[in-house]
Amino acid sequence: MDKEYVGFAALPNQLHRKSIKKGFDFTLMVAGESGLGKSTLINSLFLTNLYEDRQLPEASARLTQTLTIERRGVEIEEGGIKVKLTLVDTPGFGDSVDCSDCWLPVVRFIEEQFEQYLRDESGLNRKNIQDSRVHCCLYFISPFGRGLRPLDVAFLRAVHEKVNIIPVIGKADALMPRETQALKQKIRDQLKEEEINIYQFPDCDSDEDEDFKRQDAEMKESIPFAVVGSCEVVRDKGTRPVRGRRYSWGTVEVENPHHCDFLNLRRMLVQTHLQDLKEVTHDLLYEGYRARCLQSLARPGARDRASRSKLSRRSTTEIPLPMLPLAETEKLIREKDEELRRMQEMLEKMQAQVQQSQAQGEQSAAL
Amino acid sequence: MDPLRRSLSPCSSRPTSCEMLGYVGIEAVLDQLKIKAMKMGFEFNIMVVGQSGLGKSTMVNTLFKSKIWKSTPSGLALGPTPQTLQLHSMTHVIEEKGVKLKLTVTDTPGFGDQINNDKCWDPILGYINGQYEQYLQEEILITRQRHIPDTRVHCCVYFVPPTGHSLRPLDIEFLQRLCRTVNVVPVIARADSLTLEERENFRRTIQHNLRTHSIDVYPQQCFDEDVNDKILNCKIRDRIPFAVVGADREHMVNGRCVLGRKTKWGIIEVENMEHCEFPLLRDLLIRSHLQDLKDITHNVYYENYRVCRLNESHMLPQGPGWVNLDPTPASPPAIPGPSKGCRWAQDNPSEEY
Repeated sequence: MDKEYVGFAALPNQLHRKSIKKGFDFTLMVAGESGLGKSTLINSLFLTNLYEDRQLPEASARLTQTLTIERRGVEIEEGGIKVKLTLVDTPGFGDSVDCSDCWLPVVRFIEEQFEQYLRDESGLNRKNIQDSRVHCCLYFISPFGRGLRPLDVAFLRAVHEKVNIIPVIGKADALMPRETQALKQKIRDQLKEEEINIYQFPDCDSDEDEDFKRQDAEMKESIPFAVVGSCEVVRDKGTRPVRGRRYSWGTVEVENPHHCDFLNLRRMLVQTHLQDLKEVTHDLLYEGYRARCLQSLARPGARDRASRSKLSRRSTTEIPLPMLPLAETEKLIREKDEELRRMQEMLEKMQAQVQQSQAQGEQSAAL
Repeated sequence: MDPLRRSLSPCSSRPTSCEMLGYVGIEAVLDQLKIKAMKMGFEFNIMVVGQSGLGKSTMVNTLFKSKIWKSTPSGLALGPTPQTLQLHSMTHVIEEKGVKLKLTVTDTPGFGDQINNDKCWDPILGYINGQYEQYLQEEILITRQRHIPDTRVHCCVYFVPPTGHSLRPLDIEFLQRLCRTVNVVPVIARADSLTLEERENFRRTIQHNLRTHSIDVYPQQCFDEDVNDKILNCKIRDRIPFAVVGADREHMVNGRCVLGRKTKWGIIEVENMEHCEFPLLRDLLIRSHLQDLKDITHNVYYENYRVCRLNESHMLPQGPGWVNLDPTPASPPAIPGPSKGCRWAQDNPSEEY
């Protein structure tokens, strides 16, 4: 019997088995102007047909279209592992003549998901919390522009503290290699200039092998990813069938790393960093939201509630978890406070009266 | 006129010398026109409109095979995108086989790039009308110049981004307003990102959109003069908007030197009809319909503008040599006389002037 063998080396296996049983859920948002190949890319990434029943609006309908948020769900299973993927789409973004504030519905949606999670987390039954928070946002940049457009900058600034952003250049087969490099550099410079925080890939450990490190560095260099999407298989004579787009001057292979960064994006999003995206959303972005939210409720009324609450064993400086951080509920709480105060005052008055009458009684008894 | 008729009639009673006299030499008039035109040269003004990065400058360079514009490659810091729409024109004289062409290209950087693009078409319409106004002012002078310099925009090439879906609201708003003022030729820009099938679908959708919103692009159906024109123009109308690709670099393909874009999966040849429809655009604008574009601008759009302006002629500024072209007197007859015109006034005494 090996005395030094405790047996917890098998813990990762237990975790592994539990996760498989539980399954993964992931919420991905795609945003960008229409016509940049978003739906095609999503279908290629996850090899599904999420947009089968999509009806593109007529040009006259687009004249009056406003931004809507659409959610589509699909369950993907591979190798015994189930992933429940929720896709959040933003049709109508950047389409109108006047796009001022068109990003506000998106920001509100992301915050609503955080709010819902905060409510669930602060609630009583925490067994089955549905995590509908947006874990990642793929933002599509047009390959035809000279970098980020004013609308892109405005949107990214509005959401960069609330969701992991991965910038992507859509329809990258419109660009020559030289142009792709120049555009990527321009976008990186602009992101730095505008101080937009995109998702930062964690550095790989120093004990990883050289190959992995090189691959990792290459992947980081190729951000924003220049992608091409396709669900069609091109069967040219003499060559093996590939997924790609056939033009009269050649065929773009989607899974060819020399043609586009699709493989990099897929590897990063699904194979290596899916869990990290969820963790960053939870540990960084959600916590940031929660802290901001609770701090905004740190007003004198809130602190009094803490001191008065008999069930509260915490110190008065700590703010108790609010039930619902919404404006109407705030009002309700304040009204209840008022009532409590009045009742307390009445109680005190009654107590005083009773004491008085007792004292009077004693006095008269003494007399 | 009589000698002419005699010489033209086939059954002349004159002897064989008639054949020598049969040739008048009217054809020589065409040569005279040609010589004159070559001496004077041609003028052509073209405007390119579209969002930045759609290849407008490259397209102009490719069309006229000369570096009229230093095309701005994407990624290079050329300065921030202009906050408001600015127009700038450049004039070049290019020559081919003795024929001189004075080409003016007007670019519109900043179009459609802002977050709020409402009324972004106003500067463009203002510019076009301004050119008409300039020509009108020259035309109504008493002593006119022999040849009025023509700065009117003859053709506006509108670049539609290759989304593959349909025309965007901005495109529709702009085209509706512009097709009433100038010849508009829409093109699908950067068409190398669409496969042939996608191009056809996109083209049909755009044609449907144009019909639905009553946008009449060049060549307009109502200006077809005869059957030949109709047939030719119908063929063109079927292919509008052309899916174009522009390039200003040359590459070697099968031993030939071609203008094209080189990617890792192939070379897109600009002048190859199987790759893109650039030759159709070039033929339309330069080889076959250049004069037609100018004629329609002069006879239709400019005349419309002139009529509008003359109707408000009391507002026309009175510069040097200004002529009052308004035939009717401004003030009504003060005293009703026995003339026909005033009988109406007598018949309707209640009518106020």
